[in-house]
Amino acid sequence: MADTKAPPVKPVGATDTGSARTVLLRRARELALVPALLLLMVLGAIVNDSFLTERNLISILGASAALAMVVLAESLVLITGKFDLSLESVVGIAPAVGALLVLPAAQSGWGTELPAALALLAILVVGAAVGAFNGVLVVKFKLNAFIVTLAMLIVLRGLLVGATKGKTLFGMPDSFSSLATTTFLAVPLSVWLAALAFAVAGLVLKYHRVGRALYAIGGNADAARAAGIRVERVMLGVFVVAGVLAAVGGIMQTGYVGAISANQGQNMIFTVFAAAVIGGIALDGGKGTMFGALTGVLLLGVVQNLLTLAQVPSFWIQAIYGGIILVALMIARVTTGRAQD
Amino acid sequence: MSTALAETRGIVKRYGPTTALADGRLTVLPGESHALVGRNGAGKSTLVRILTGLEAPDEGTVRFDGDPAPPLTDRDAWRRKVACVYQHPTVVPELTVAENLFINRQPLHRGFISWRRLKAEAAELLGTWDVRVDPDARTADLKVEDRQMVEIARALSFGARFIILDEPTAQLDNREIERLFTRMRALQDSGVTFLFISHHLQEVYEVCQTVTVLRDARWITTAPVADLPRQALVEAMAGEAIAEQAERHRTAEAAGPVLLDVRGLTSAAYEDIDLTVRRGEVVGLAGSSASGKIELAETFTGLHTPAHGTALLDGAPLPFGDVRKALEAGVGFVPRDRHQQGLVFGMSIGDNATLSVLDRLGRHGFVGTDRRRAVATALIERLDIHAEGPEQPVSDLSGGNAQKVVMARALASDPRLLVLVNPTAGVDVKSKESLLARVDSAREDGTAVLVVSDELDDLRRCDRVLVLFHGRVVAEHPAGWRDHELIASIEGVDHG
Repeated sequence: MADTKAPPVKPVGATDTGSARTVLLRRARELALVPALLLLMVLGAIVNDSFLTERNLISILGASAALAMVVLAESLVLITGKFDLSLESVVGIAPAVGALLVLPAAQSGWGTELPAALALLAILVVGAAVGAFNGVLVVKFKLNAFIVTLAMLIVLRGLLVGATKGKTLFGMPDSFSSLATTTFLAVPLSVWLAALAFAVAGLVLKYHRVGRALYAIGGNADAARAAGIRVERVMLGVFVVAGVLAAVGGIMQTGYVGAISANQGQNMIFTVFAAAVIGGIALDGGKGTMFGALTGVLLLGVVQNLLTLAQVPSFWIQAIYGGIILVALMIARVTTGRAQD
Repeated sequence: MSTALAETRGIVKRYGPTTALADGRLTVLPGESHALVGRNGAGKSTLVRILTGLEAPDEGTVRFDGDPAPPLTDRDAWRRKVACVYQHPTVVPELTVAENLFINRQPLHRGFISWRRLKAEAAELLGTWDVRVDPDARTADLKVEDRQMVEIARALSFGARFIILDEPTAQLDNREIERLFTRMRALQDSGVTFLFISHHLQEVYEVCQTVTVLRDARWITTAPVADLPRQALVEAMAGEAIAEQAERHRTAEAAGPVLLDVRGLTSAAYEDIDLTVRRGEVVGLAGSSASGKIELAETFTGLHTPAHGTALLDGAPLPFGDVRKALEAGVGFVPRDRHQQGLVFGMSIGDNATLSVLDRLGRHGFVGTDRRRAVATALIERLDIHAEGPEQPVSDLSGGNAQKVVMARALASDPRLLVLVNPTAGVDVKSKESLLARVDSAREDGTAVLVVSDELDDLRRCDRVLVLFHGRVVAEHPAGWRDHELIASIEGVDHG
């Protein structure tokens, strides 16, 4: 009886329109924040004349560059289905180690007075080392990523305070701040670098097997393993890359401020998570795009700038900022129409 | 006879002190559909893990086409021999079907993924095996049967012609099962060999040619299904003669007063439902998965809110849309899926069994540890749960025992109305008997029971079975119905 069975006939048109709609829906998720961003820009232009000036827009970008790097780093980790809270401490300690290596003992450095290029390299190595350490604890020892990186956050902050005795480091060579001070087409190099990093990450996530592996691991690690993806190795790599990206963010922050205080990067992780989640990166992994994360960063940057321009008393800025993050989350929830998780 | 496509001999596998498999023997011939049956814990999953190269046996040999199996580390070689479609999906839900098919081996163009070619190749692959699924669809949006076909297509694309289906029908309704079987037969005609694992014996008779029975970690028998009548198969599995489907005729104690009185209940899933359940009466709800039967049952437990209509429980209106209030009103509930809604797997048996009655175990929200322990121990005994004690985590338990914990929780509050949704899903023959025995004892103490199930054996216990079709009650069968009558009304072939 089996060989006479004809396959069931199914209308083709129905599936086609269905798929077109799902594709559109997925796009809509990515672009969810663009209307909100535009709305804020219009609002800004109305409220303040100096908002839409070239100088102000560039200053928004310049102020957001460091945050953008850390959000990029965190997004990669989140897509893989893990957490890294310690990135904010890397933003502080990585450039601080670099500074301590170049500064003479008289300026509270270690007196090694390494050449600046080597010190900059050391900054990246510190980021990679912290990432690798986190990665080994999480991936090999199978500890909970949230707790491990929370402990790391505290340890690294403590190390920074200890190494600098709580003092602010300054007087580093110009190369430490050249990312923030050098401009190309009137835009700081740090902004170009962040844009490039997002573009590369976006391309890799979409068009490279390694990038797709991140989504597969975050979505269903067992399935990824069954498909021949080396889950442990990729995860470890993601932690290392995230550490390096955060260290670069640290250099940008140093250049932007012109010094390294003992609390550089402190509390930044909350903003980082807010930007990532507003931008559509799922906290439980496997979902989100670089474009979304970028719009999250820009949204927060614009809000921060608007609050400053509107001369909101500094005591109230935090409350308003937090409130706006909540509203942004709600808007993102409504426009994407799906539960955030 | 031709060489066996897959053959295991004398497999022994131990995990610490427990022997999971003492004599694993299996010979699968090319082109057949071979059933592997046995109760929970008989060693089926261990044999599958060894047969798919996830674990090495302590003793014994595995051969494919007469050649020794590849080393465990050579995943690709294994993938060309055999693939298993598990009950739990091994696809990434957020990715598209096309990407899942070619995950980690996407077609490249100068080192980068070519999405155009990926889609084209996926469409071709799906077309080759006649899998009617849109390659662009998000995998999470697929129906279970389609997801299974995608996994099968993926396995076939690796070159494997031997597919293991691990309880593929557990989450499907009758119609979907029929479609899956049609596709299985078509694939079998094009040369694919299946090893089919199921708790449903009638399915074994429907699609398989040969059956192998395991019991207590040992091979018991392998025979053509035609030579092994149902009774003999059950005996081989259970090791004793179970009086299957004790066809008791109820003396319809219609004397009990009406406990649940439902009038004009309407929601998106069902329409204008009238229903009464008497004290001590067991009423079954049958229907296909889209019939609204589950939503109707969940209405009484507070999980689904109707748009119109009323339900009186013992004369008092039953609150809708609030699980807490439904519990307080005296509704006990076994939810449809123990993994999703039934159990908190990280918690102990005791915690799970008493989860909904904690307020009775102490004052002002504090829970008396001794009281809880006593209640839990009593429940474990009452339901015959095989466990070390209330402190054992639920995740240790087999499917049958885990389901008994869910049942224990439903009974813990001494409900007046007991709502059971698929109470025996994924449970072996013996646990099934003991779970259904609970239904009988509930009947004796005057509880009203509502059973929603796809399994005829569950419904056979009912005093009457109501059949839903597209959200309406279309038929009522008093106890003693024949299988084909009930199936006909479930499938909607005896009316309109």
